[in-house]
Amino acid sequence: MTPNWVDFAIIGGKAIFIWGFALSLLPVLIWFERKGAAFIQDRAGPNRAAVFGIRLAGLIHNIADVVKLLMKEMMIPPQVNRTYFMIAPVLGFTFILTAFAVIPWADRFLVAGRDISMQVADLNAGILFILAVTSLNVYGIVLAGWSSNNKFALMGGLRSTAQMISYEIPLGLALVGIFMVFQTVQLNEIVRGQGDLLWGFLPRWGIVVQPLGAILFIVAAFAETNRNPFDLPEGESEIVAGYHVEYSGMRFALFYMGEYAAIVLSAAMITTLFFGGWQIPWFPTESIVANAHAWLKVMLAGGALGALAFAVLMFAWSKRIHGAFGDRRENEGAILFALHAVIGVVLAYLFVESLGMSSIPEWGARTVALVAQISAFAVKTIFWCWVFIWVRGSLPRFRYDQLMRLGWKNMIPLSFVNILLTGIVLVLMGG
Amino acid sequence: MGEVTLNHYLYLSAILFFIGAFGVLFRQNLLVILMSVELMLNAVNLSFIAFARHSAGTMDGHVIAFFVMALAAAEAGIGLAILVMLFRNRTTVQAGDLTLMRD
Amino acid sequence: MAILFYLFAALAVLGGLLMVSLRNPLSGAFSLILSLVSLAGLFAMLQAEFVFILQVLVYAGAIMVLIIFTIMLLNLNKDELAEPPVGWMRLIFTALVCAVAAFGAIRVFGDITPVQMEPAPDFGSIEGVGRLMLSDFLYPFEVISLILLVAVVGVVLLAKKVI
Repeated sequence: MTPNWVDFAIIGGKAIFIWGFALSLLPVLIWFERKGAAFIQDRAGPNRAAVFGIRLAGLIHNIADVVKLLMKEMMIPPQVNRTYFMIAPVLGFTFILTAFAVIPWADRFLVAGRDISMQVADLNAGILFILAVTSLNVYGIVLAGWSSNNKFALMGGLRSTAQMISYEIPLGLALVGIFMVFQTVQLNEIVRGQGDLLWGFLPRWGIVVQPLGAILFIVAAFAETNRNPFDLPEGESEIVAGYHVEYSGMRFALFYMGEYAAIVLSAAMITTLFFGGWQIPWFPTESIVANAHAWLKVMLAGGALGALAFAVLMFAWSKRIHGAFGDRRENEGAILFALHAVIGVVLAYLFVESLGMSSIPEWGARTVALVAQISAFAVKTIFWCWVFIWVRGSLPRFRYDQLMRLGWKNMIPLSFVNILLTGIVLVLMGG
Repeated sequence: MGEVTLNHYLYLSAILFFIGAFGVLFRQNLLVILMSVELMLNAVNLSFIAFARHSAGTMDGHVIAFFVMALAAAEAGIGLAILVMLFRNRTTVQAGDLTLMRD
Repeated sequence: MAILFYLFAALAVLGGLLMVSLRNPLSGAFSLILSLVSLAGLFAMLQAEFVFILQVLVYAGAIMVLIIFTIMLLNLNKDELAEPPVGWMRLIFTALVCAVAAFGAIRVFGDITPVQMEPAPDFGSIEGVGRLMLSDFLYPFEVISLILLVAVVGVVLLAKKVI
C-alpha cells in the first residue's frame, strides 16, 4: 500500500479546488450581503471604492475592506484570557473548512484508466462526518465568548451553545429521511440517487421525495450558521455584537469569514442533499458524455450570447455615465464593454469552429460533462447562498424563548413525523 | 516502537481509566469530577473497541460503546441538572462543602 | 501506524492529566476535549468508523458542549473555584492507590494474547453496527432509549423551579 505521487497530486488538486471554490465565494457573499441588502431595502449600496476608476458595482469594496482589516491593530483587551482569545477565531474557521472535504461537486471522472471521485475524501460515513465536524464549530464561538471576559460576549457564547445543540437535533433527524430514501449516507451516492426520474418526468431530488425534511433541514441549517432570523449570538441590538465584541482587525475578519464559509457549506449541503447536487435535471452523466459535442456547442453559444448581451448593456451604460462624474470612473463602462465584447467574440469564434464537429474524443466528452456538472453545482450553491442573504433582508430576529420553542416543540416533533411518514410510504411502496 | 498490538490499547485504556479515577477521588470541584467520570467511561470504550478489532472479530464491542455513549449523555445531562440546582440552592460546586447530612 | 498510535495516546494521556490537575474547569473541559478527540483518532485506527463519528459527534460535539454550557452558565469566580486546601498526604495517597491499581491492570492486560484476524469488509461500518444493534441487541437498545427518556424527564423536573 504505497500511494504514488499521482494520487497525492490528485488529492491535493481536489482539496485546492474545493477550498478555492469556498474561499472565492466569500467576497461574492460579502458583495451579495451589501448590494443584495441594498436592493432589498431600495437603496444604492456601496459604490465609491474604485481601482483606476473600476468599481465592479461594489466588488472593489472588498479589497478596501481587506486592506483596512489587515492594517488595523489587533487589540487584545487587558481583561481577556490571552491564549483562548487568540485560538478562538482560528477554531471557528478551521472546522468549517475541514467539512468541505466530503462535498462532491461532479460525477466520477474517468480519464487515462483512472476513476477519480470528485470529492476530496470519499468517506463511508459521508454526511455524518460533516455533522461531526460542524458540531465542533461551536467551540470557536464559545471560547471567544468566554475568553473575552465581557458579559455581552458571554451572553452571545451562551446563546450560541444552546442554539447549536438544540438545532443539531432537527438537522440530524431531517437527514434520516434522506438516508431512508436513498439507502446510503455517502454524499456521492445520495447525489447519484437523485439522478433518476420519478414517474418518468420529475427529477428524484431530495426536495421532491422529502419535502418536509428539506424544509426542516434548511431552517436548522440557518440556525446552525447563526444567520438571521437566528442570529441571536450576535444580536447587535441587544448584546452589542455578541461573542466577537472584543475582537478587531484580522481576528474579527476570521469570525466573519468563518460565518460566510459556514453559509457556503450549508448552501452546498442543501444543494447536495435536496437539490440534486451536481445533477443536471433530465441529463444523467452518460447522456452528457454521449452528446458532448452538442453540449459543447450549446455551452459556447450560451457563453457567447451572454457575454455579448452584457457587452451591449455595458455599452449603453457607458453612454449614460459619460460626463457624469468628471473622473476616471466614466471609463468603467467602456472597459467592461471592451472586455466582454472580446470574450463574446472569442466564444462566438470557437462556437463557429465547433459547428463542423460531430464527435469529440472520450476525455474531451468527460471534461465537457465535468464542466457542465461543476457549473450546475456552483449555480445551485450560489443560489442558496443568495437565499441566506435574502432571508436576512426579509425576516426579523427571533426572541430567545421563541427560538427555543420553535426548535424543541415544533421542529423536533415534526422531524419525527417526517421519519414516520417516510417509513410508512417506503413500506407501502414495497421499498 | 514496534507493532501496536491489542495490549498497547489496553495499557492506554488502563492508564486513562485510573487518571479519571484519580480525578474522581482527589478533586473537589463537582464539574471536574463529572468530567473525570466521562474520561473513565471513554477509557472503557477504548478497550471495548480494541477487543472488538483484535480479539472478538464481531462488532459487539462497537454496539456496547454506543450504549456507553448514550448512558454517558444521560448521565451528563442529569449530573449537570443536579449541579445547577445545587449551585442555585447552596452557591457552591465543591464536594467538600456538601456536608449537610454529616453535620 | 505506530507513530500515530503513540501520538494519539500521548495526547489522550496529556489531556487527561491536564483535566484532573487544572484548577479552572473550563480549561479542564478543553483538555478533556483534546483527550476525547485523540481517542476518536484511536477508534478510527481500530477501524471503528461508526464509533469514531459518534465519538466526535456525541462526546466532543454534544456532551462537552453541554458541560461547557453549564460552566459558562454558573460563571464561577475565583472564590468559588478555590478548592479547600488538601493535605499532601492525601494527594500522595490517592495518586499511589491509582498508580498501583493501574499497574495491576497493566499486569493483567499484559497476559492477554490478541487473536490475529482479518475483519470482515463491513467491519465498523454504519450499516454493520446498525444491523447488529437492531437484531442481537434489540432489547438493550430499547432499554437505552427508555433510559434516555427517563433522563430527559428527570432533567426537566430537576430544572423546573416550580413543579
